[in-house]
Amino acid sequence: MNSLYYQKKLSRNVGDKFFTSLSVFCALIAILPLIFVVTYILIKGGAQITPELFTLEPNPPGDDLDAGGINPALIGTLVITTIASIIAIPVGVGGGIYLAEYSKGGAFSKFIRFGVNVLAGVPSIIAGVFIYALIVSTKILFGSMYSGFAGGMALSILMLPTVIKTTDEGLKLVPNELRYASLGIGASMYTTILKITLPTAFRSIATGVVLGIARAAGETAPLIFTALFSYYYIVGFEDLFYEMGSLAVLIYNFALEPYDAQNKLAWAASFILVISILTVNIFSRIFAAFTEKTKRV
Amino acid sequence: MEEKLTLFKNRKRFGIEKNIDLIFKNTTLALSSLVAIVLFGIILVVFFQSFESFSRYGLNFLVTSEWNPVKDEYGAFTAIYGTLVTSLLSLLITIPLGVGTAIFITEDFVPKFVRETVGSFVELLAAIPSVVLGLWAIFVMEPFFREFFVFLHKFFGWIPLFSSEPAGRNSLLAIIILVVMLLPIVTSIARDSLNQVPKKLRNASYGIGASRWKTIFSVILPAALSGIMAGVLLALGRAMGETMAVTMIIGNSNVFSWSLLSPGYTISSMLANQFGEADGSQVSSLFYAAFVLMILSLVVNIFAQWLVKKFSLKY
Repeated sequence: MNSLYYQKKLSRNVGDKFFTSLSVFCALIAILPLIFVVTYILIKGGAQITPELFTLEPNPPGDDLDAGGINPALIGTLVITTIASIIAIPVGVGGGIYLAEYSKGGAFSKFIRFGVNVLAGVPSIIAGVFIYALIVSTKILFGSMYSGFAGGMALSILMLPTVIKTTDEGLKLVPNELRYASLGIGASMYTTILKITLPTAFRSIATGVVLGIARAAGETAPLIFTALFSYYYIVGFEDLFYEMGSLAVLIYNFALEPYDAQNKLAWAASFILVISILTVNIFSRIFAAFTEKTKRV
Repeated sequence: MEEKLTLFKNRKRFGIEKNIDLIFKNTTLALSSLVAIVLFGIILVVFFQSFESFSRYGLNFLVTSEWNPVKDEYGAFTAIYGTLVTSLLSLLITIPLGVGTAIFITEDFVPKFVRETVGSFVELLAAIPSVVLGLWAIFVMEPFFREFFVFLHKFFGWIPLFSSEPAGRNSLLAIIILVVMLLPIVTSIARDSLNQVPKKLRNASYGIGASRWKTIFSVILPAALSGIMAGVLLALGRAMGETMAVTMIIGNSNVFSWSLLSPGYTISSMLANQFGEADGSQVSSLFYAAFVLMILSLVVNIFAQWLVKKFSLKY
């Protein structure tokens, strides 16, 4: 046989074919879950979408009554996520600014960067346990126990590492020439940061922060014993200090109910949650790719 | 006189600006130290809350499996065993699957846009909230696997892991849903580390006549090993702390069983289930369990970071 030709039956070629198909097989299995999950949510959840869903309160589980809507949970998710963002974004962006702009790579900044990574690895339920011990059981917030505010604080702990990391990394990508130029024409450090470096890094920071918010909106574990759940409309500011429902906890509670009507409501809530989270994710992906292409510096 | 005045003004302005600068710097410093404060706060608070239970049971808490609020006896062995078994077994399945997918994405078997699509599909999977995966697991996955479990028990029942009659939710389902959740983590980190291996190494290997997979196994995977290991450890940490999907599908039973086909418990699902209604020494015991979980995930995470730093690629 002429050994210069490709020989199909050679053991190395057979082995290569085998492993290649194995790898293709792995990739096929890997994309199946997303397809299945999204399809089921579109079918089962999409069928439940009605205008009343967005306006009604959920009915307490019972017999085969109509389950009602998810208005309080929807608003609750928005409120709790907003509280978490209000806490986590300033702290995270500020901390990121220190790490990227002021720190000189000493022991302190190394320690903080390490701490950020460790905090990112803390199980989400531990954040709930922590806030429970700190706020819920001590009734430190005007005597209220479970509250939307406590839930927001628990979520902010989960968002914090993401925000710090994206700020830190976004600022590090800003070329030093911009800083030199700004300092050279007499701007002080904080003017340089606020007027030059932060705006330059704004796109990448915003993308990371938005992804962090989307992630937090779907978190359940920190909420189940901090914000708990509520069947009632959120009407005023003082509702922040009472139990507050959220889409995630609604899905958890109603998925475990034996009644069909409640299960359907859980599918509907999943539909809304997944569609919004996937939309945010896909758009920020496209946006990031776009930014990559049109980079100015 | 006139000139002096402007100079003075300038100096004064400069002083204010300097002060603002200092304030700004110290504010950001304080904000960044908040990370450390929160981290230590979590560790301290959870530790002190578990103190009562800790002093009562000591380390026995970790090896006894009785969890009885009526008799006020607590031991978390079932939950700790469940946490370790579900996370390790799910990792065992995820590693080959995730690394195989990562190789598929980084090699050129198929056109680039197919690989990119597969990559973003896997990454989007990470964006699905775990509670939604739990819902899906209850209503779609559990009925789908029911027959399979009966089969598994019938033919492999002599293995202790499959020794019990399958009935509804069980640990094996929790393992499967954990695989779904870990897959994006392992795949994306493995992909990044495979991409970082310089092309020179691959070309050198091809040049001396190695086949594609010989190159992958002997050159590329060893070079990317540290990154992949770090990803695996991060996934392990995530698996141990994962709460919602597992809680919804594992069956939540504190009766200890070797079998994966019977309902089980993990620390995080125990917390999710009981924390709301617990009182008295049960709360302290739950905090103790939370402390154990936190130590486990801290150790795994710190080890992962150490590994990244120690063995990061230096080409």
